[in-house]
Order: sequence, then C-alpha cells, then structure tokens
Amino acid sequence: MNAPTRVGHGAPHAATVVARTQESPTIFTLQLRLDDAAAQAAYRFAPGQFNMLYLYGVGEVPISIMSDPEERDGIGHTIRAVGRVTQGLAALQPGDKLGLRGPFGRGWPLQEMGGRDVVLVTGGLGCAPVVSVIHYVLRRRDRYGKLVIIQGVKHAEDLIWREQYDRWAKLPNTQVLVAANEGGALWPWHVGRVTELFSLARFKPERAVAMMCGPEGMMHAAADELLARGLPESHLYLSMERNMQCAVGRCGHCQLGGAFVCRDGPVFNWGEVKALRGRRGF
Amino acid sequence: MHTQPDSAGFLPLDRLPALLAALESRGYQCLGPRPDKGAITLQPLEAGEALPRGLQAEQAPGRYRLTHDPHNRYFAWANGPQAIKPLAFAPQESLWRVERDAAGALQFEAVLPDPPAQALIGVRACDLAALALQDAHFLAEGRRDAQYARRRERLFLVAVQCAEPAATCFCASTGDGPTPTAGYDIALAELPEGFVSIAGSDKGQAVLDALNLSPATPQHIEAARLQGQAATAAQTRSLPGHNLRDALMSRLDHPAWDAVASRCLACGNCTAVCPTCFCHAERDAPALDGQSSQHARTWDSCFGEVHGHLHGFNVRPDIRTRYRQWLTHKLATWHDQYGRSGCVGCGRCIAWCPVGIDLTEEVATLTASGDAS
Repeated sequence: MNAPTRVGHGAPHAATVVARTQESPTIFTLQLRLDDAAAQAAYRFAPGQFNMLYLYGVGEVPISIMSDPEERDGIGHTIRAVGRVTQGLAALQPGDKLGLRGPFGRGWPLQEMGGRDVVLVTGGLGCAPVVSVIHYVLRRRDRYGKLVIIQGVKHAEDLIWREQYDRWAKLPNTQVLVAANEGGALWPWHVGRVTELFSLARFKPERAVAMMCGPEGMMHAAADELLARGLPESHLYLSMERNMQCAVGRCGHCQLGGAFVCRDGPVFNWGEVKALRGRRGF
Repeated sequence: MHTQPDSAGFLPLDRLPALLAALESRGYQCLGPRPDKGAITLQPLEAGEALPRGLQAEQAPGRYRLTHDPHNRYFAWANGPQAIKPLAFAPQESLWRVERDAAGALQFEAVLPDPPAQALIGVRACDLAALALQDAHFLAEGRRDAQYARRRERLFLVAVQCAEPAATCFCASTGDGPTPTAGYDIALAELPEGFVSIAGSDKGQAVLDALNLSPATPQHIEAARLQGQAATAAQTRSLPGHNLRDALMSRLDHPAWDAVASRCLACGNCTAVCPTCFCHAERDAPALDGQSSQHARTWDSCFGEVHGHLHGFNVRPDIRTRYRQWLTHKLATWHDQYGRSGCVGCGRCIAWCPVGIDLTEEVATLTASGDAS
C-alpha cells in the first residue's frame, strides 16, 4: 500500500563525514557534507539552529550546528556520546555515511545584537550552539561592542576548545571568563560557579544583549545575575533543550507550555519562557 | 446544519441504502458503525451491506457496555472509542525509508500512503471539531504533513446529529455539538421516518443531487432542531468555560494534581481515545538483512515514561506532572497553539479510563477554589 517516492517530504539528505575531531574523552566534532552537491551549496543556517542527524538503522538526534554560517563546504556538529544514537555517531570516521535533516528552529537574534555588547553565558556543551555566534561576531567585529565569553564546566577536563578560548582572550575588546566547579592541575581559570564570574565581566548591561545555553539551573542563576545588573529582559535570550523527534513541531514531545521548542525555539527570549522557569514538569 | 433549511432534503428510512450505493458508485469504500470487540466503531461495509439498527452503548466513567436501542434507530449510539482520527492520523505509519548498499552509501526516500477513498457514515459533531484541530496541527500552511494530507483528502464525511448523548458527553459545553455545524460533506438528522439531509460541500451536494430527494418539510426541520435541543439538555457533564487557560495555569501547584496522580495509572488510554491528541514517537525499524530501514511514527502518549526523556533527566518524572501536562495542554496551552481548547467534549477519556477519572470533575475540583499556586 505504501509507495516510496523520490520527492522530499521530510526524508533526510545523505551526508558524509569529512572530518572527525575528538574534543574530550566523550565529546567529538563531526564535519559533514551533503552528498548532493546542489543541496550542500544551497544549505544555509542561522547560528542557534540545529540539524537532525540520522544514524543508519538506529535513529535521529537533534544536534546544534557549531560551524561558521559562512563556511560552505561543511556543516559542523559537536556531540557528546551519551545515548544510543550519539554513541553510534561517535564511532563514525571520515568517509562514513549518515543522514541529515535541517536546519530547524529559530536561531539567535543576530540582527538585534548590532551595536551592542555581546555577552555569551554557556555551561558544559552549551558552548557549541553559541560558538557560531562567536565566529559571526568576530567576522563583523566593528558592528558590535564588547564581546564577553563566559563558559562554565563541571570538571576542568570537560572544557573543550581550550586553544580557542586562549586565542579569543587575546583579541581586543574581548573578554573570556571560564570556571570549573572542580579545577585540576594547571587549571588557569576560576574554580567555582559560572555566576561568580559576572563581577569580573566588563560590559554595559543597559546596552548589552546576552545569550545563554547550558543546564537550566545555570541559565536561571545567570539570568537573575544579568537582570539584577540592569540587562533589559528583552535583550536576554536562551537556548532550550527538550525531547525532539520530528523537529517540525508535530510530534509533541518538546512542548514547553504552548511552545514547541523545536520550532518556536530552541532560542527564546527570556520573557517567553520565564513564567515556567524552573517549573518541574514543563 | 439546519441554518439553511431551504436546501435540506429528506431521505426516507428505506432509501438509506441508496445513499450508500451513491457513495460506492463514486468509488468510496463505506465505513459504518459495527459492534467490534464490545464497542461500536466504524468498520468497512461490504458492497450493498445494510447499516445495523438498534446499536447503542451505555457509558459512564470507566465503563462502556453495548446495549440495544428500544426504538431500533440507526444512529442512537454515542461515540465509541475511535472514529475519524485513526483514518487521517494513522496509529502507525512509515515516514521514510533508507537503503544502504555494500559500500555503505545511503539512499533516502519518503514513503507516502495510498489509502482507498473512504466514506465515513455516522461521524459526530465532536469528531468533526476534533478533525478541524488535527487539520490545524498537521496541515498548517507551509508545514503540511504529507502522510496525513494524503489520508485526509480521501475522506468523505457523512455526519449525524447526536440524538442520544452518552452520560459521559459534554460537547454542548465545549460548543462542538451535538448538532454538526461544519466540516462535513453531508449531515443527517435521524427522525422516525427518515433523515433530514444537508450538504456541506460540493461533493456532498453532488451525492444528494443524485438521490433526487424531496425537500425536508418545515415540520422535519423543526423536529430535528428540537431533537438537537433535547440532546443538549440531556448532557449532565460540562466544563466551566471555553477558555480555562489562566484558571489552570495559575493552579499548577494545586493539591488536586496529587490526588488525581494517586488514582491515575498512566496507561495512556485517554490519549489513545482522544480525537485531538497528536503526539507520536518516531522510531527506526531496520530490516534483518541490514540493507534497509524504515523510519516510522507511532501514536505516543504524554503519560509514557519516555515522553519527556532527555539525556540525564526526565522533564516529567512522575504521574502528577504527566497528568498535569495532559490536562494543561488540552485545556490551557492549546489556546496558545491553535486558538481554542483541545477538548471537544466527546467524553471518551472518561469512559475509557480504567479507573474512571473524569476530566470534568478534575477541572471542577481544580477551579473550585481560588488561586492555589
């Protein structure tokens, strides 16, 4: 009864792993290219959007896009091996095949950032959906004020992209603040919570835009800090994570109140989600 | 349906087979009410097969029993566990498939269903309202669901006015029944001597035209109107308003959620019988030869443990938060998504709940007291 058809209708694109980087014992980055050259050339995304990556015979997972949106020959995904699909994706090597649907969702408000100080607050692998914002700002450096990058991890060894943080820290008008709840030998940064770094951050709250991605508890604490310092609520954004299976607002799993996180988010303005903040069950 | 009495025809009881024949001659497979495993559901009719008479069912919280209508009518039954939903939003279907060759290359293909054109005889106002909500979800501009669209466009809907609501029905209070007002191809109101018949679409009009009906008399039309009025008056359950969004969202910490959670089995029956619930899981089913895999969706339930699962934590780890998700989505946040409540008053969740949890009672308890959050 069911007839296969060649037309799109939401089926994934075939894609190939063009590069794989082990970032930490459990975190890896896959650089992918769509096999259909025309589809790859036409592929565009906004920082903060995500793709559904499909592992043959196993299933799909939503993964944010971490590469530079200007980059045309590959699409980067930084992934932690935690579940059935991601552990399988971790075994892929350059040349291996997988499926890709995307990009999906609403990205970061890059237009609204113009002329403002940009404050990025991330925790753990929450840095991945935000790193494309860093690339975006650095490419257009004169359009923005100060760039403040605040990243927190549980353990010092969880910090990926150390060299990049070191490199960004040396750039003019850019501040990098990193904290680990548990430091380690030769840990050069702060030991403690991310929110303890805010007193060191140099930006003008009233003319800043802040973007957060990480554990919800961390984002709530950071939001309180930023709003207390005078950041307008309308300039506070966060990226949310929920169970996503269809990625187009259809399957119902990712609902957060009336919002479908996959389609209406994953990036939200603080005002859109604050009513349910920290509300267990939503 | 009776807002244009001028265009209403009258189908005598003994000409009901002619309506089925007219649909069959247009290529439709007719589905009609049938007792099936102890409940009335819509099942395919053999060509020329007569519709059964006298079917009825008694419904109460946690209870559904087949009975017999003493007046031996065709449509004196209130809704069974399912009606239109599974025919438009299939309980299980493939979305796409992938083939893998020896070198590991993948080839993806969408899978579209090819269902027969089906005429559903005897759908109710609540189910038409529910279908409109499913359409809003699956057929929204710019993001049409191809599989749903294919099934939906092949349905022909013959609606019937509800004359005998079940004790669990409350469509009058949600504004969705008992008389069909939109969304049908043909609507019927059953009277002792025949059916007041009205078309709701061009294809419905074409079928009625082919039957050469005499016009319904003002007496017929008045009888149908009074029958609808009586069916409204017969409903004993209700919701305390069309928009309970703020009433419920301001009571997220009400102790009633704990009380209902202690009774709820989280079986998901309510979500399975609900004509508006749209959640579905997507899963891969690889072929044993390792050369292909089907990516399929299956109805899912927010009462299931994995519905809110994320790596590292579960958004809804207990029955309290799952029941609250279901009820607040259905009656509160549905307004944000689709501009109205997601409840059409069919009462199925009440009848088919194995422990008899009554949505209208839960809402009454939650909203009886002031802001408890």
